[in-house]
Amino acid sequence: MQKKISKIPFKGTAEQEQKLKEVIDKYCDDQSRLMMVMQEAQDIYGYLPFEVQLMIADGMNVPLEKVYGIATFYSQFSLSPKGDYDISVCMGTACYVKGAGEIFERISQKLGIGADECTEDGKFSITACRCIGACGLAPVMTINDDVYGRLTPDDVDDILAKYANKA
Amino acid sequence: MEMINCKINGIAVSVPKGATILEAAREAGVDIPTLCYLKEINEIGACRICVVEATGARGLVTACVYPVTEGMEVKTNTPKVQNARKINLELILSTHEKKCLSCVRSQDCELQTLCRDYGVEDSGKYDGFKPQYELDLSAPHLVRDNNKCILCRRCVAACEKQYVHVIGANDRGIDTHIGTPFEKQLDDVPCVSCGQCTVVCPTGALREKDNTDEVWEAIADPSKHVVVQTAPSIRATLGECFGMPIGTNVEGKMVAALRRLGFDKVFDTDFGADLTIVEEATEFIDRVKNGGVLPMITSCSPGWVKFAEYYYPELLEHLSSCKSPQQMVGAVIKTYYAQKNNIDPNDIVVVSIMPCTAKKFEVGRDDQSAAGVPDVDIALTTRELGRMIMRAGIDFVNLPDEQFDNPLSDDTGAAVIFGSTGGVMEAALRTANDLLTGKDNKDVEYKEVRGTAGLKEAVYNIAGIEVKVAVASGIENANYIMSRIKDGTADWHFIEIMCCPGGCVNGGGQPLQPASVRNFVDLTSLRAKALYEQDKAMKIRKSHKSPAIKKVYEEFFEKYGSHKAHEILHTSYVGRKKYR
Repeated sequence: MQKKISKIPFKGTAEQEQKLKEVIDKYCDDQSRLMMVMQEAQDIYGYLPFEVQLMIADGMNVPLEKVYGIATFYSQFSLSPKGDYDISVCMGTACYVKGAGEIFERISQKLGIGADECTEDGKFSITACRCIGACGLAPVMTINDDVYGRLTPDDVDDILAKYANKA
Repeated sequence: MEMINCKINGIAVSVPKGATILEAAREAGVDIPTLCYLKEINEIGACRICVVEATGARGLVTACVYPVTEGMEVKTNTPKVQNARKINLELILSTHEKKCLSCVRSQDCELQTLCRDYGVEDSGKYDGFKPQYELDLSAPHLVRDNNKCILCRRCVAACEKQYVHVIGANDRGIDTHIGTPFEKQLDDVPCVSCGQCTVVCPTGALREKDNTDEVWEAIADPSKHVVVQTAPSIRATLGECFGMPIGTNVEGKMVAALRRLGFDKVFDTDFGADLTIVEEATEFIDRVKNGGVLPMITSCSPGWVKFAEYYYPELLEHLSSCKSPQQMVGAVIKTYYAQKNNIDPNDIVVVSIMPCTAKKFEVGRDDQSAAGVPDVDIALTTRELGRMIMRAGIDFVNLPDEQFDNPLSDDTGAAVIFGSTGGVMEAALRTANDLLTGKDNKDVEYKEVRGTAGLKEAVYNIAGIEVKVAVASGIENANYIMSRIKDGTADWHFIEIMCCPGGCVNGGGQPLQPASVRNFVDLTSLRAKALYEQDKAMKIRKSHKSPAIKKVYEEFFEKYGSHKAHEILHTSYVGRKKYR
């Protein structure tokens, strides 16, 4: 699948920009450090939106298309921000055979977003992650630091509602 | 130089160390097919059409990037090689939209040719998942159709070479596609419209936007007075569309063909080139004498102008305010010519035949409507004209030679060489020298600014004034010039910049030549040679000596750089946002 480009408006802070500038200043003389700068930028912002990629391109003196090409090639880079509540559905073997796919599908339908995307209100994001080592609880998902195990698709609605109503 | 001895299909050759199998094979007179390979700019060995058997190598190797070694024996045509090439073609076809019957590249598609040569019978052998892409029709000059793209990356290399780099490979695996940053429309990224990508695309994935239907309609409309103009370089390239040798000057046949297509008048953009020169030389002298902004840079090339507007908006006052020759001719037709012949400018359709895709963008620019209507209505590329002539059933090669119509004719040698890098500079120097010295100088050749080098510099003494000039072609060199002006280290007075490497003869709208020709023939030099030969043979070689130019100033503009000339022949520029 092509990487989805988030339509959520960029909400970068001056503090984040300052941090990114420091990273760029450190590496701007060496274009081979481009990926390193992109990794650090993703650490700062959580994802690599247009505004951030443009800052990197200008700062490293490389074309924006080069940055974008790299950002869409490697799965570690994301073009979508993480929501306030980041849902990871485990797709390890045990979870998968126990129906993690259906769990994921239900969440995806409910929120109207696909893998590695974020809802427009910025509240939820979902990822299909690799085995988190809690196979005994399969199928498992995490929402931020909370773990939910032995799930059925019907559990999804109640769990999501709990977070949707949180401030 | 250390030489390597090897054998290609049993033929012994000796080539310099580092030479590839492809180069060695050429030395032996053996042609190896290629698809993704473009000499010096795209040597990536990705398509694997050029695979061969070579001793000492494991499996088949890609001839375009694999260097020959001492004693190597290469076989380029074994059943194993042929089978591998055929399978590679079938795999490429598995995601290719095979609408060949309606494709503009039918019969000059490099993929189609290879499939025919290798007997690919079942073009759907590996049919499977086919990504579907929407056509990008946003830009005025070209169509991007990823459904026909074979991911050879020749366009990416050309765009990168042009220093524009707005297209590249996005995503990965089966989703890999050529796209812009954040999948924006081409019109929303800083594409300079040069069309170099269309010239190198082996298939129909990148092509100019075809405006020929509008022209056919205008010609068929009895209420319209349809006038055509042809750029200086077209006469040196149009013949290629009809299989004539590269560098054949077909001016007379071209005029005859245009008349047979039904245009009411056939004018020469050379007239606009001469007009540009007298106006530009006047502007330059004025800047020198009155402390204007220097260096002054030519503004004939719309791709270059667009680049400056994107990347150096703070330096736009360095650009000459002169419109390009295309626009000047349009403006003169819709003012002077319209008045003289008592035709309403609204009823005139000006069609231009250009070596350039950016001209399609230029016709829609602001401040290019001297008579209140666009100076030029439709800009066609050389390729589109070639297709019109073919469709009309005109036997181009056997046409008689005909002359351009008056009054916009009487071209000069100065105008003809506009089509090559250095030509505008040389033409301007011829006129500036005469204007400043008040003499009819006999020496008209400024050879230092000739040749296909991307960057040329020279110093001339004109009427006691030392004039430092620079000539750049290709955006990479243009960017170098601009960065020097920006950091204050430029001491030139007058600079010519052309967007396409080598100037208009190598423009993005010129006839296509397959990579097998482009890689080994210096197209730019051959085409430019035709122009310089014509210049040499001409009686009048200076723009201001053209009778047509003299007449238009006597009857209409009064004098060079007059108020009226400024209103009609000059324009303005705007800073542009790179990404929208």
